[in-house]
Amino acid sequence: MTSEKRKGWPPGTRRTCWAVLALSFLALVPLQQEADRQMSAQRRTEELLYVPSGRLLRRLCLGHEGLVADIYWTRAVQYFGRKRIDRATKFDLLGPLLRITTELDPNLIVAYRFGAIFLAEKAPWGAGRPEEALQLLRRGIVANPSYWRLWQDVGFIYYWDLKDYPRAADAFRVGSQQPGAHLWMKALAASVAAEGGAISSSRLLWTEIYNQAGNESMRRSAAEHLWALEAREEIDQLNALLETYQEGVGRPAQSFRDLVLAGILKGVPKDPSGVPYVVTTEGHAGPGPGSKIDLSLLQ
Amino acid sequence: MRRISTIAWHTFKESVRERVLYNLVVFALLLIGAAILFGSISVGIEDVIIMNLGLSSISVFGLLMAIFIGIGLVWKEIDRRTIFSILAKPVHRHEFIIGKYLGLMVTLLINTAIMTAGFYLALAYEQRTLHWADLVALQAVYFILLQLAMVVALALLFSCISTPILSAVFTLAVYVIGNLLNDIRWFGQETGSALVMNLTALIYYLLPNFGNFNVISQIAQGRPLPSYLLVSNSCYALLYVSILLAAAILIFEEREFR
Amino acid sequence: MPAIETFDLTKDYFSGFFRKRPKRALDRLNLQVGDGEVFGLLGPNGAGKSTTLKLLLRLIFPTTGRATVLGRELDSVAMHARIGYLPEHPYFYDHLSAQELLNYAGELFGLDKATRRRRIGDLLTRVGLAGSEDVPLRKFSKGMLQRVGIAQALVNDPEVIFLDEPMSGLDPLGRREVRDLMLGLKGEGKTIFFSTHILSDAEMLCDRVAILDRGQLQGCGELRKILSLGISATEIVLENPHADLMAKLQPFSSRAIRTGASVRLEIPSDKDLTQVLEIVLREKGKIASLNPLKMSLEDYFLSRVSDATEQARGGRNIDIRLEGKP
Repeated sequence: MTSEKRKGWPPGTRRTCWAVLALSFLALVPLQQEADRQMSAQRRTEELLYVPSGRLLRRLCLGHEGLVADIYWTRAVQYFGRKRIDRATKFDLLGPLLRITTELDPNLIVAYRFGAIFLAEKAPWGAGRPEEALQLLRRGIVANPSYWRLWQDVGFIYYWDLKDYPRAADAFRVGSQQPGAHLWMKALAASVAAEGGAISSSRLLWTEIYNQAGNESMRRSAAEHLWALEAREEIDQLNALLETYQEGVGRPAQSFRDLVLAGILKGVPKDPSGVPYVVTTEGHAGPGPGSKIDLSLLQ
Repeated sequence: MRRISTIAWHTFKESVRERVLYNLVVFALLLIGAAILFGSISVGIEDVIIMNLGLSSISVFGLLMAIFIGIGLVWKEIDRRTIFSILAKPVHRHEFIIGKYLGLMVTLLINTAIMTAGFYLALAYEQRTLHWADLVALQAVYFILLQLAMVVALALLFSCISTPILSAVFTLAVYVIGNLLNDIRWFGQETGSALVMNLTALIYYLLPNFGNFNVISQIAQGRPLPSYLLVSNSCYALLYVSILLAAAILIFEEREFR
Repeated sequence: MPAIETFDLTKDYFSGFFRKRPKRALDRLNLQVGDGEVFGLLGPNGAGKSTTLKLLLRLIFPTTGRATVLGRELDSVAMHARIGYLPEHPYFYDHLSAQELLNYAGELFGLDKATRRRRIGDLLTRVGLAGSEDVPLRKFSKGMLQRVGIAQALVNDPEVIFLDEPMSGLDPLGRREVRDLMLGLKGEGKTIFFSTHILSDAEMLCDRVAILDRGQLQGCGELRKILSLGISATEIVLENPHADLMAKLQPFSSRAIRTGASVRLEIPSDKDLTQVLEIVLREKGKIASLNPLKMSLEDYFLSRVSDATEQARGGRNIDIRLEGKP
């Protein structure tokens, strides 16, 4: 008696397995399509921000792009810090580092803001590439449209580095219209539109940057600028007083002690960094030796 | 059912004795602790870095564990012939496969829990406290677990067919391709060739789409996840694991043991 | 109802790239093993003994033919609950102890905790591992592993026990212990189906034997019948026979072996024996001993197994037909 004995445990198991296989695959397709539909908006945005190398790098990260972005961000900060210590004047890698960082993680806001200051700022304090900084910021705005402060940074570059006051005012105005924007943005927009590069608008701007600073470098840079602005105002006032002295006494003052003796000043004036002002050889007021004020920031 | 849990428990006990597991977990915890150090030198993103490094570590080490133990799950039993005495007993072959899978999943669950605990400790140390909002990282951990569930099933399937080294290579290859599926399909669409487009679309739906589960950078930035994602990914993982286990069972049922 | 029965059980292995060349490992095996029997499956290496066992245990699947164990088809899980199996070269989870292994086996059989504990204790004592239940298996010697293997085959108190080369690799002491175990099991009325190539063990244990060679059944029958196949030859030892006597005896003897001063002769047939004795007595030869030579299992085995050296012996023309293939 021969009979063909089929292999496998009761055919029930094999039938079940094939059924599971087929039905699951069939169910997967609409599930994936629905997920794609929901995510498509986000994905399209991501596509816009990529240039080839960043895209490749992002692919290689296999889901860990956030971590790699953090690493690149750290490298950018360290690179910049080191260059500053070495008193270098060129920061060629800063732009690419920030670009890759933001390509890996388009939502790393601090990278955009860092770039806004240090990419744009003239040498030796920055890379001196305001156009590149603007490009960076524009991508940042596309990826983070609700973050109005990026508009502030755009306006800031036009204002401070490019001295393009009409465009600066425009940027501040657009930024002030974003949801959640602070009221002072409106004031700034109006002030810049009206007065161009007046010290009061500059002071407002740098104060805001100081308050919003994402890290120590940015905060210190803002402080230095504020000091310089304040010192500038004070020096203007002191120069006026020096002229008054010269007209009154008939000869230029040698130091501010003369003005104190003449009763024009109550005491020797100190600059915002706490160092007494001196009278330069040209007869103008200026920061004393050891002062931390750096007037060249205001160029 | 009783037999499946017996095999699962036995597999769990066997996996837990693997010394490599301990090494991997310790290494992961060290890395997570290092995140605190890392945070202090990468200014401005201390919290973000702990999230990124911590969650990425859990993901990577979980993956290594899943592959390392998964590839030997069935192969070891066949190679050492312990399978003979098991199958001589009143055990269905599909019970064996399912039990093995569940046993390893329990192992991975526990190890992931340990790593997650370490992660929250690091977070608490850095922030000086824990906020309710930090629980959102558990979503990322859950998605990591879903990914691991699929990887283990993959490794198990290959373990029924080939040697550990080949299984590891195949599993890793599928994992990598599975992360790039969106690009493969996009690439197919860009070429304009109907053949390539259909081919890439087929691959897109056929292979496991791990990209759906990559949310670590989103969580680290504090951006909320869309609510459908939780349900969608859970269903996806469940379906795909079923596919892989069904395939493994089919193969195992036909397998002869010389 | 026979405990084990096969119906034209056949197994082909396909080799070659397109799986075209089948190698027949087992050819239409028809066997019956009765309840309570000890059945030995004998054969040289590669004869198909392991193949038969694995087919019965569903580790491999038959190409054609079928078989039943305890009246159930091979895919019955319920049947597996009533059988035990000791694989060849047993290898068990070496991270477990003997106790844990048997516990695992017991759980797979669905035994409750109390039963498991009791039975494991009994089994370990029975196989002589009473003191080593907590030692991890990787520290076990081969003999101890074999004993653990037998223990795990008995956890469910099976009705049929399959043993694949149970004595292989054991020293004589170990073999005796396994033999005693098997006899004990036989005494409990269990059916034992085992394969071996050690004929002396089979002689001591089996009720019936089957001989396989190159996948084919060469002979099968009750051991008792085989061994009592009559005195087939007689051995005469002569002391210092002279050449003349030897010459006369030459046509009668198949072999003459000289050892020192004695010569040992084998006289194959009974008729000749009478004549030989007459010749010896006439020639005044001295007979040191006279012994009937019974057929041994080895002889039966060798007669069934086609072997070139058998021809070289030129000797015994043993052609016993019992049940089984011609």
